[in-house]
Amino acid sequence: MKPAPFAYVRALTLDQVFDLLDEHGDDARILAGGQSLMATLNLRLSAPEVLIDINHIEGLSSIELKDGKVRIGALVRHSEVAASPIIAEHAPLVAKAVPHIAHQAIRNRGTFGGSIAFADPAAELPAVSRAVGADFVLQSRSGTRTVAANDFFLGLFETARQPDEILIAAEIPVIPGNEKTAFTELARRHGDYAIIGVAAQGGVNGGSFSDMRLAFFGAGDRPILALAANAALEGKPYSEAAVAAAQDALDADLDPMEDLNGPAAMKMHLARVITARVLAELAE
Amino acid sequence: MDNNVEITLTVNGQEVSRRIPARTNLVDFVRYELELTGSHVGCEQGVCGACTIRVNGDIVRGCLMLAAQADGATVETIEGVSDSSEIADLQRAFHERNALQCGFCTPGFLLTAQELLAQNPSPSRDEIRAFISGNYCRCTGYQAIVDAIERVAGERQAAE
Repeated sequence: MKPAPFAYVRALTLDQVFDLLDEHGDDARILAGGQSLMATLNLRLSAPEVLIDINHIEGLSSIELKDGKVRIGALVRHSEVAASPIIAEHAPLVAKAVPHIAHQAIRNRGTFGGSIAFADPAAELPAVSRAVGADFVLQSRSGTRTVAANDFFLGLFETARQPDEILIAAEIPVIPGNEKTAFTELARRHGDYAIIGVAAQGGVNGGSFSDMRLAFFGAGDRPILALAANAALEGKPYSEAAVAAAQDALDADLDPMEDLNGPAAMKMHLARVITARVLAELAE
Repeated sequence: MDNNVEITLTVNGQEVSRRIPARTNLVDFVRYELELTGSHVGCEQGVCGACTIRVNGDIVRGCLMLAAQADGATVETIEGVSDSSEIADLQRAFHERNALQCGFCTPGFLLTAQELLAQNPSPSRDEIRAFISGNYCRCTGYQAIVDAIERVAGERQAAE
C-alpha cells in the first residue's frame, strides 16, 4: 500500500523541530532513519499530517569516547556503529548485536536513536541498552535531561520521552575490565525480527558471575531485564545447577506474547535454551 | 501545509527536478516519474529487497525512503550500474549459472552483491548468504545465486 498524504519538512536545527512539535503536536511524527516508520506509513498503521525529517540536523551523527562513556548520536546509522572501532573496543555488546539488526540496506539507513525511541519490544538495541546500563539524553526547548534505559521503556512502543522532547544521544558506560558479553537471538531468517533473543553483560570474576544483566527482547511488551534470573546467578560459578536456577527464574521475569511464530509456552522454552547458550559463552 | 515537495537529485549521472507528492517513496519515484522500471516493488515494508537502490553510494530499501529525502542526493538504479558496466561480470555470472528465473528479485540481488564485494572482496559462502539474507528469491533456492557471487569474487581477486 501507499501512505496517506502528509506534508514533509526537512528540519535543519533542533529549534525548528521544537517549533514544529509545538505547532502540530500529535499530528507530527519525527522521521529519523525511517526503517520502521516508513513501513508503518506504507501499511497505513499510522497517518501523521506532517513528517519532520531530522536527518540533516548537525551534531547528532557522531560516536565519541568521553569521561568513561561511549556517546552515540541519535542519527548514527547501524552500519556506522558496526564499523566503529570505539564501539568494538568499549561497547562490545552493541557490536555483537548490530549484525543481527535487519539487513545491510536497512542498516545503512536505520539509526541508533530511532530504534531506541521507537521502542519495539522485539528490537535488539533497546534490550542491549538495558544490559549495558545506558542512559538516554532527551532534549526539549527547556533543556536536556538524562533518563536511564532501565526507566525509559514503559510499555508497547511507549517510552518516557515527552511529546515536546527529542532523543539526541545514548551514553554507554565503557565496559569494565572484569565484564564479559554475549548475544544471541533466534529468527526464521537472518536479520528478521527475532522470535526471542537475549543480550547479556556482567562480571565473571574468578569464574563466578557477578552483577550479570540478561536482557531479553521479543519476550514481552518491552525489553526486559531478567531480574530474577540475574539474581539467581549472583556469586555462582558456571555449572549445570546455576544454569538451571537462572532458567527456572525466567518464569518470574518474562511474559512473552503469542504471535505468528508460536505460542507463549514455546517462547518460554526458547528463552531457557538461549539462556543456557549465553551463559556457556560467558563462562568460556 | 503543502503535501507536495520540489526535489532535485542526480539519478544515474543525470540531474532531475520534479514536484511530487511528499508521500512518494524513492522506488515509486524512479519507476513512475523517471520510467526506470528495473527497480521492483514487492512488499513495501522492507522485507523483500526487490526495491534495492543505491543512495550516495550505499544500498537502501527504495520503499523505506521518501523521494523527498533524496533531495540533493546521488542515486543509482540497476539501469545506471548496468549501463556503466560496473556489474557486467555479476550479470554474466547470474546468467551463466542460472541464478535467476523470473528475474523479479534480480536487480536487488545484483546491487546487494556489488555492495558485498566492495566491502568484502573474498567472502565465504556463509558470509554471502548472511549478506543477501535481506533479499527474497522465490525461484532459485539461492544456491545458484551464492555460486554466481562466489565466482565473481574469485574472478575479481584473480584479475587484481
